[in-house]
Amino acid sequence: MKAKIIITPKKAVLDPQGKTVQSALEHMGYAGVAGVHVGKYVEIDLAPGTDRAAAQTALNEACHRFLSNPVIEDYKLEIE
Amino acid sequence: MNFAVLQFPASNCDQDAVHAVRVLGHSARLVWHKDNSLSNVDAVIVPGGFSYGDYLRCGAIARFSPVMQAVKQFADNGGLVIGICNGFQVLCEAHLLPGALIRNRSLQFRCEHVFLKTVTRDTPFTSQIPEGKLLHVPIAHGEGCYFADSNTLVQMKANCQILWQYCNAQGELTDDANPNGALEHIAGICNERRNVAGLMPHPERACEPLLGSKDGRLIFESLINARVQRPSALAA
Repeated sequence: MKAKIIITPKKAVLDPQGKTVQSALEHMGYAGVAGVHVGKYVEIDLAPGTDRAAAQTALNEACHRFLSNPVIEDYKLEIE
Repeated sequence: MNFAVLQFPASNCDQDAVHAVRVLGHSARLVWHKDNSLSNVDAVIVPGGFSYGDYLRCGAIARFSPVMQAVKQFADNGGLVIGICNGFQVLCEAHLLPGALIRNRSLQFRCEHVFLKTVTRDTPFTSQIPEGKLLHVPIAHGEGCYFADSNTLVQMKANCQILWQYCNAQGELTDDANPNGALEHIAGICNERRNVAGLMPHPERACEPLLGSKDGRLIFESLINARVQRPSALAA
């Protein structure tokens, strides 16, 4: 089992990386780009036999306390 | 007065902080990140650098180190704590200070001297800065853009928690004088209780004429003065 966590800057937070990537895409001729947000991807391998619900709870806590900073970031956690 | 200067893997301004304190005639010693206690100290400096390689987010890993549990307890007891540059990021991550530091608006690492306007002198970190005096101090960071949500900012203003703002040589808050895009030009803040502060600029690198400025001394002298004036109130 794997946990996949996507961390992105909150909408209210300046994202100069996203803005710069967006303008680069435009300069390269890729039309229709309305916004770019650059974040992080964290993949966690879970030990065999891990209880899915328990992992979900523990990882949500870890995302909130450590893997993301709720002041500036949102996260999405998926276990598959 | 005894200062503790924390040392994380990849701290790189720890020796500068120790040097600055000694130049001022006080004592400082390094405290390793794995230590569980600070023992007998009057104030803590969380120095600049790239603690734990800045992995994940600046300060995110340092915040969970054993020594930071001791710093939290020290601060909870009213002890004086100042975080400089990466130290500021660590204190925000540790929730000892509100808000967060994000990537500079320019995406550039900025290494230059800036001017700071002191917003309030009613703190143990600013009391010795003369009224109207602008501080000329260096910055060196890539992720120093201060951010807090609007409710937090309202609270901070109501409690006079903004200590320093980036300004130009005339003391004006112009866009050009904001090196990282910080919200409201914020360079440094304190907590509600006014015993924990953080700033992106490096006062420890501006304590001797040889270094081009000794304005940074005023911040350390404020700390020293606070400890001398009210030793019991600030003891941990």
